[in-house]
Amino acid sequence: MAEYKWPDADKRTFIGKRISRIDGPQKVSGRAKYSFDINRPGMLFGKIVRSPYAHAKVKSIDTSAAERMPGVKALHVVSDVGTEVFWAGASVVAVAAVDEPTAEDAMRAIKVEYEVLPHLVIDTDVKNAGEYAKPANENKVGDPDKGFSEAEVTMEGNYGLPVITHCCLEPHGSVMEWDDNNVLAHLSTQAVSGSVAQIARPLEIPATNVRVQQDHIGGGFGSKFGPDEWDITAARLSKKAGGKPVKMFNERDAELMVAGARPSAYAHVKIGLKKDGTITAWESQSWATGGQGSGGSPPLPYVFNIPNQRKQHTALSNNIGSARAWRAPAHPQGCAITMTALEDAAAAIGMDPYDFFMKNIELTGQRANIYADELKIGADLIEWKKNWHARGDKTAGPIKRGLGLSIHTWAGGGHASDCDLTIQPDGSVELKMGTQDLGTGTRTALNIIVADTLGLPMNAVKITIGDSRFPASGGSGGSTTIGGISASSRRASLDALDQIFAKAAPSLDAKPEELEAVGGAIRVKGNPSKSLSWTQACSKLAATPITVRGKNPGPGKLTDQGVGGAQMADVSVDIETGIVRINKIVAVQDCGLIIDLKTAESQVYGALAMGISQALWEERIYDEASGKLLNADMEFYGLTGIGDIGELVVHVMTGVYDARGVIGLADPPAISPGPAISNAVFNAIGVRVPTLPLTPEKVIAALAVKKRGRA
Amino acid sequence: MQDDDNVKDKGSGLSRRTFLKASGISLSVPLVMGYRVIKVSGAEVKLYGPGKVPLTLSINGKSYNAQVEPRVTLLEALRNELDITGAKRVCDRGTCGACTMIVDGKAVYSCSTLAIEAQGKSITTVEGLMQGDNLHPVQQAFIDNDAQQCGFCTPGFVVACKAFLDKNPNPTAEQIKKGLGGNTCRCGTYMGVRAAVAQAAQKGGRRNG
Repeated sequence: MAEYKWPDADKRTFIGKRISRIDGPQKVSGRAKYSFDINRPGMLFGKIVRSPYAHAKVKSIDTSAAERMPGVKALHVVSDVGTEVFWAGASVVAVAAVDEPTAEDAMRAIKVEYEVLPHLVIDTDVKNAGEYAKPANENKVGDPDKGFSEAEVTMEGNYGLPVITHCCLEPHGSVMEWDDNNVLAHLSTQAVSGSVAQIARPLEIPATNVRVQQDHIGGGFGSKFGPDEWDITAARLSKKAGGKPVKMFNERDAELMVAGARPSAYAHVKIGLKKDGTITAWESQSWATGGQGSGGSPPLPYVFNIPNQRKQHTALSNNIGSARAWRAPAHPQGCAITMTALEDAAAAIGMDPYDFFMKNIELTGQRANIYADELKIGADLIEWKKNWHARGDKTAGPIKRGLGLSIHTWAGGGHASDCDLTIQPDGSVELKMGTQDLGTGTRTALNIIVADTLGLPMNAVKITIGDSRFPASGGSGGSTTIGGISASSRRASLDALDQIFAKAAPSLDAKPEELEAVGGAIRVKGNPSKSLSWTQACSKLAATPITVRGKNPGPGKLTDQGVGGAQMADVSVDIETGIVRINKIVAVQDCGLIIDLKTAESQVYGALAMGISQALWEERIYDEASGKLLNADMEFYGLTGIGDIGELVVHVMTGVYDARGVIGLADPPAISPGPAISNAVFNAIGVRVPTLPLTPEKVIAALAVKKRGRA
Repeated sequence: MQDDDNVKDKGSGLSRRTFLKASGISLSVPLVMGYRVIKVSGAEVKLYGPGKVPLTLSINGKSYNAQVEPRVTLLEALRNELDITGAKRVCDRGTCGACTMIVDGKAVYSCSTLAIEAQGKSITTVEGLMQGDNLHPVQQAFIDNDAQQCGFCTPGFVVACKAFLDKNPNPTAEQIKKGLGGNTCRCGTYMGVRAAVAQAAQKGGRRNG
């Protein structure tokens, strides 16, 4: 009976090393096929006529001209006459045609009339939001009145961050193929196994008739769980067109309008503290929107469990494309508001925020020691004590430099995961799992684990994923994939190895439990001369391959949840233009056992790059008068480029907490960049830019407030 | 709008027709090989369409034929008609670089290039960078430095890096940041890309032509 644990550090061949991703050659050569790249015989192209209004009722639809057009093969009304649509970009009519130009012409030939209804698309003015705002009851912790009465100083400020959009480079969509009540779905999804039932239900066919396939996905970040309405529509169009496959992917403007909104969050915060840095009380009035579903309440105060709190949150439902999960849902919002307010509190008593955070580190609870370690490492890497200065860079000239910091936490853990590991009598090995590789290195991690466990080279193991016909594995969200898939594949590998040991033992004149798999051989522990090659050992299976089902959850502690991280930013601000430049960001990230150090570090680098664009540019900009999203393109929806990131330094605390098992890393490092950068800008210019993104316009406005304040 | 739609029923090209009507340019030469030649301000200009026209493209050293409407971009012709899908359509407006191809030695956004304009030119896509089973040094450097995550921007980025190194065989860090500013990666692999370009430069990123 196998002992379900990870190998000790000295027994790891691949685990924890820097391994290049195994699908790298496919990706760099253009051979990797994404769902968006699927071309099927006779395939039609689907397009959608969308509501130009943020809130309207469909009055009439005339598709007659489009129906007569040669090349138009199917039409489907998504929002019929009388249907209310709640955001600009909502689907109204879909068309499938033989090629894209024809489908575009057909869209223009479809006439839809609307009764325009009142809307709200901005989210910054909650006081005048009327019935769109739904205030919740006040929430008290401890005795806030006493906490504030004990305070020697109180700090008050306004903070916030806007709705942003995922802007996945591969848009949301699919190629749907209807064949006699069966559906083959080439879907762009973070949940291959989990999408099956969601496709079957609206189409009213058994889930057993649905197959989801996806080799590669071009970004998801939380926005691609399950099929969307337009994917179901594509399947309906395919059915109407006699089973011709329909390719339906969002155009870029639609992708930004309807396929991803991270909720905003704004707050008025009051913090009570003593002059020695002791925090005595927190008060916040916050609001947030994520469209119709409002967007939830961010965790406030974040990480620091301040003893006395008074909090009130208002949910704002407005007319924008609705919220979707984003790396670490709700945490970046809670973190940005809390960490910037805490920095301002430290400023109010003239304290270095590093010292202020350390002074209050016990308020972070069980991970206080980890945060303290991380802050020390980060401070060394960015030379905090040498480079930090009191608020407002006093050096001459228009370029001001500053440092800022932030800390964060995330749970992670391992999702449910099944896999089948097959060993053939010729020694070949294949692992099949209905999971997906978002670019996080899932395939590579599976390959590392199976090869390491079986004592084989990486290329002796075949990893096959991305098909709902394989054993079901969870959706990739919340940093739960690596925990789930590493645990199930490790268990399968250990169980399969037990069977190989049992078959090989008689030939080696040993008991199965005396055997080990090392360097492509099955050998007796402590007596390497008594060994069989892997192929010889597998030949003992005679004609029958073995297939072992690996599962998570299961026996043994292979995964854990809960990490902390610290980030520090070094920025320069041009006070004449308001432009913020990143000099350096340091990320110190706690983790469990790392499977692949190379791709793990990439996760953190990527989170920082993404965080920089959120801090400096990203914002869905709406026009209240027309209800339209003004920057539904990649020209004016700002993303970081290669010249914008400064120097990124990643310190993954590998080796320190290996005994905890595997913990995912996708979400946590994406939380802190915004507040760390905002705090660095504050340190540079000596005045808070209250909300993200820190655009030149807002920096200049903040400087103007500072100037007026002095005058 | 109604007029437009009626013309488009037949296939395409109405905006050009409307334009011609408005600007008073005369059609003078009969249809030859899918296009007509017209005189605009004394110069002869090829006029394609309406409807599909035959097209010949030279891609990665091979000749391909297709029938596309004149409004079809080079990117769409390759992806939708020829099943050459390495280059990706992302912004569709010449911003993000995911569609980058090399046309006559120059990196171009193929989403903003008409297919008909690319005829007679030498087109290189990411699929054309390998020599047999051997990766181009830029491709190998992308793998070594993990300059990709989801990989959707990677084909365009790899092609852009190759074109960049062809012109700047020994780039400084500052040149890399400026020269590759036309490609966007949402996963944030820029540290890897910087390292990859530096590695490929040292190993001779120009090697395979």
